[in-house]
Amino acid sequence: MPVTDVTHDLDARTLTIVADFAAPPKRIWEVYADPRQLERVWGPPTYPATFVDHDLAPGGRMNYYMTSPEGERYYGYWEVGSVDEPSGFTFDDGFALDEQFTKNTDLPVSTNVFTFVEHDGGTRATYVGTYASAEALQAVLDMGVVEGSSAAINQIDDLVAE
Amino acid sequence: MDGEDRADAWFHALSDRTRRDILRRVLAGEHSVSTLAASYDMSFAAVQKHVAVLERAGLLTKRRQGREALASGDVAAVRSVGAMLTELESLWRGRISRIDDLIAEPDPGAEQAPPPPPPPTQPPTQED
Repeated sequence: MPVTDVTHDLDARTLTIVADFAAPPKRIWEVYADPRQLERVWGPPTYPATFVDHDLAPGGRMNYYMTSPEGERYYGYWEVGSVDEPSGFTFDDGFALDEQFTKNTDLPVSTNVFTFVEHDGGTRATYVGTYASAEALQAVLDMGVVEGSSAAINQIDDLVAE
Repeated sequence: MDGEDRADAWFHALSDRTRRDILRRVLAGEHSVSTLAASYDMSFAAVQKHVAVLERAGLLTKRRQGREALASGDVAAVRSVGAMLTELESLWRGRISRIDDLIAEPDPGAEQAPPPPPPPTQPPTQED
């Protein structure tokens, strides 16, 4: 497993994950710089992501949606802050209301700092995500819980249908 | 309710197809019981009973607004910030392991390279 360290900071509502990849920073950068590669890693296999707009540049915007097994779409966006190819970038990650990617201001935005540093011939990637409040964190997970719970309930449905 | 009792209540609540369907709806957003009842080919009282089972299992909460009873999914209520960060962590771990898989594949840049030259042409074979 490439994850080497995980830190939860409850007071700051920050999650930090450190991972070591067996490829140079340039290769890890490419995953984020190429929308076709990014959508293969961003959403879980049951909720694949599709990036409609992709501009990994300072002030750039990424628009994407995730598709549920029932075909329902959940819209989201990134607002890119600073970009330092191939060493990392910062962005705000939020939810959108519709296919025009209008920001959903009722749901929280997380601020993210991704850093890629050369380490032992590979890359040490550090992911830091911060949420404004406990309520914000909860709201983000509720979206995930809806997805996860629906999937779990569907599995029970399948099971009892056998 | 201790852990075992809660598990029993959960499994009982989820053992019914209609209740699973109701839970799916209320996890996605608040619904009035009458709206829920209109979605099923059964009496209002029967739907109300299903809602009550989900409520007793701690999977759903109800509040009143005027004459309406509004139900919403309540999986989140029992979670602390620590548990939430752990959940978020698993989402991130999934992304990281997908990156790990992706970079183990042949470089996509190589796939865009021109195809290798065709194999040397075979000497013409005798037609029958």
